[in-house]
Amino acid sequence: MADLSSTFVGIRSPNPFWLASAPPTDKEVNVVRAYKAGWGGVVWKTLGEDGPPIVNVNGPRYGAIWGADRRLLGLNNIELITDRPLEVNLREITQVKRAWRDRALVVSLMVPCDEESWKAILKRVEETEADGVELNFGCPHGMAERGMGSAVGQVPEYIEMVTRWCKQNSRMPVIVKLTPNIADIRKPAEAALRGGADAVSLINTINSITSVDLDLFAPEPTLDGKGTHGGYCGPAVKPIALNMVAEIARSPATRALPISGIGGVTTWRDAAEFLALGAGNVQVCTAAMTYGFKIVEEMISGLSQYLDEKGIALADLVGRAVPNVTDWQHLNLNYVTKAVINQTDCIKCGRCYAACEDTSHQAIAMSDDRVFTVKEEECVACNLCVDVCPVEGCITMRELALGEVDKRTGRPVEAYANWTTHPNNPSARAAE
Amino acid sequence: MTNTPLTPGVVAGRLDAAVLAANFADVAPPLGVHEARVAADRCYFCHDAPCITACPTAIDIPLFIRQIATGTPEAAARTIFAQNILGGTCARVCPTENLCEGACVREAAEGKPVEIGALQRFATDTAMASGTHPFARAAATGRKVAVVGAGPAGLAAAHRLAMLGHAVTLYDARPKAGGLNEYGLAAYKVPGGFAQAEVKWLLQIGGIAVLNGWALGRDGNLDELRAVHDAVFLGLGLAGVNALGLAGENLDQVLPATDFIRELRQASDLARLPVGRDVVVIGGGMTAVDAAVQSKLLGAENVTIVYRRTQAEMPASRHEQDHATASGVKIILSAAPVAIHGAGAVREVEFAYTRAGAKGLEVTGQTFRLKADQLFTAIGQSLGGAPASLALDGRKIAVSGPGRTSLPNVWAGGDCAAGGDDLTVTAVAEGRDAAMDIHANLMGA
Repeated sequence: MADLSSTFVGIRSPNPFWLASAPPTDKEVNVVRAYKAGWGGVVWKTLGEDGPPIVNVNGPRYGAIWGADRRLLGLNNIELITDRPLEVNLREITQVKRAWRDRALVVSLMVPCDEESWKAILKRVEETEADGVELNFGCPHGMAERGMGSAVGQVPEYIEMVTRWCKQNSRMPVIVKLTPNIADIRKPAEAALRGGADAVSLINTINSITSVDLDLFAPEPTLDGKGTHGGYCGPAVKPIALNMVAEIARSPATRALPISGIGGVTTWRDAAEFLALGAGNVQVCTAAMTYGFKIVEEMISGLSQYLDEKGIALADLVGRAVPNVTDWQHLNLNYVTKAVINQTDCIKCGRCYAACEDTSHQAIAMSDDRVFTVKEEECVACNLCVDVCPVEGCITMRELALGEVDKRTGRPVEAYANWTTHPNNPSARAAE
Repeated sequence: MTNTPLTPGVVAGRLDAAVLAANFADVAPPLGVHEARVAADRCYFCHDAPCITACPTAIDIPLFIRQIATGTPEAAARTIFAQNILGGTCARVCPTENLCEGACVREAAEGKPVEIGALQRFATDTAMASGTHPFARAAATGRKVAVVGAGPAGLAAAHRLAMLGHAVTLYDARPKAGGLNEYGLAAYKVPGGFAQAEVKWLLQIGGIAVLNGWALGRDGNLDELRAVHDAVFLGLGLAGVNALGLAGENLDQVLPATDFIRELRQASDLARLPVGRDVVVIGGGMTAVDAAVQSKLLGAENVTIVYRRTQAEMPASRHEQDHATASGVKIILSAAPVAIHGAGAVREVEFAYTRAGAKGLEVTGQTFRLKADQLFTAIGQSLGGAPASLALDGRKIAVSGPGRTSLPNVWAGGDCAAGGDDLTVTAVAEGRDAAMDIHANLMGA
């Protein structure tokens, strides 16, 4: 069993699997159950300023999209930050941290954009002996209308300002949670870094309408005939999250900034992908909300097995794929592959043919007896046939060797060259 | 209940009413909405799909399954009915493992095809439950067409002709329309009066006058029909049954399996339908299986199918064979009847084992006897009473192209016509195609 113990911005946890700030971490009872199930840490559901408790809707808070067998693929929510009194949350946080010293307990915060409000809440959180705070600059619904959450996260100057207040008024590590509802994720990350953040966590949820009720003509989730945009999460958002994590991990300005990876982590494999792209740990919510806390057992066993098989430590995995994330202009234009259909595995559904013939490059031939073959003289290696083939591994991409003639271009495969030196590029530099 | 499966002889009431009701309930209960969506999701929407090619009526199966998957079973049903107006029956009785599901790429991939038959039933049941008919009749053409035989071929032809605006008279010898759908299928395949409900639904197209109790040759002849109609379609089915040609065939309780199945289908109370304690069925097709399984379900103690060739040669599909054995029917292969013993009624049937010889099947000297108080023969049916003026091809009506017979303005299709498998779905295809050809002829296209 590989050692999964993790240290993230100085916060130790027995494994890198934390529960994200969300309904599963709103109460002592849930958090204790999560710890008992094996979660390495939690980010307590976002606390607001002292005063009258937050009010939530009393109709549906969640909308979803599903696969055919009701597999939940994406979830959106319009729930606000904790609606329990501040002192109750603080008391429970204190009790939980005292009882569970080996687990990470970070407290998510969201208060109005003035220094006094942040100062006040930070002082009270510090008294709980929690391991750190996470600044919720991410939630795109409800609180954003009141100038908090993503309303802050969408303005780098605000991020920097609030982060700085927090660092100046607290000894705790500060993690800044970023919203993906922005054009370039590097800008808020840079702002957090300037403000002194110890880390960023991302992504928060994506603004969304999950579906439209075609009888009520109203967005889902629908309350009394109306709906509003909510935050989208779950397996469907993972590709967006992976890219944003990678952008921060490989940017020269932010590459030293620790990242807590969030967004559709459902299995150990998802977690490993976030780690490989530079996340120091991961936070999970939708998977736990779908299947319960027990899933962490699979995450632990799976990641452990993977590390053992690779013969690497957890720290070796973090960021291992980052050097391989590059810009389009640096991709090797002389890397040539051709699709190959394994006739033994082929079940003759013809999806590759329909996709290629109707929508791509007319590079697959179909015989009268349904034998599908690649026309190498037409194949641009787009990979669509691989993606639509229902049989995993049936269609593969064969890499042409250096010097082999590409039947499509009639030219032999040459050594690495990219767009920056391509003759068709008006701003090409001469090859060195 | 005084009788049991052990009561000797041919008696009624071997099982109580509750057991009988359970035994003859829907053999393949319909898919629920969620089950249908999950089953539909397994379809790969193949290009030029093999299942369409394998369907005698060429239903656009991937399209109708996608229409189910997207929550529009009514549209799915229209896709089905456009090709096969008896899609409801076919969903229940098609040997799908030999047709669409046998061709499904998921059968090749994992041995588990998309449940096309069950999905077709889901769509057609949903549409038929709405009570509305998906097609409208074209303006009347003033042409008159006689359709003889209200079985699958005749119903398909009549519907298509009526839809195209022709005035159809549908003649049938029996009291009810439906042909084998009404009189020939196992009751558990089409429970709840489905065959009559389907006929009633089909007739909503309008323009079809049904004349029951009218037999060709008895109540009128082909020339008379031709004289008063612009065209005639013959969907006569196979009214005759093949005989074993053995001594003892005239003993009591030796009867065609088709008679037993017909009586069972028309019985108002299955508890009053007699069945033997030891039932033997000779044959290897669907009729043999339907008779054997239903005998068992009525409470016969021992039911044995004896087929003269090997399992691979059995016309009944593997699914049907498995259904029989799972129902408690014993299947003896490679044995041919050589004598029927008894006095008054049948008591025993004597068989000889067979083997493949140089000149075909040979009977060996090794024999055995099976106790039988009821013997059903199911060794094939024959064209009975076809008009003498029609050319035959072997023992069936000769046809060319879409069911054209040797006589002008006379078409034929279904089991009575040469060519094609004797399946409901094939009969529907032939009836439909003949109707299109009749239409082209009548309209001078």
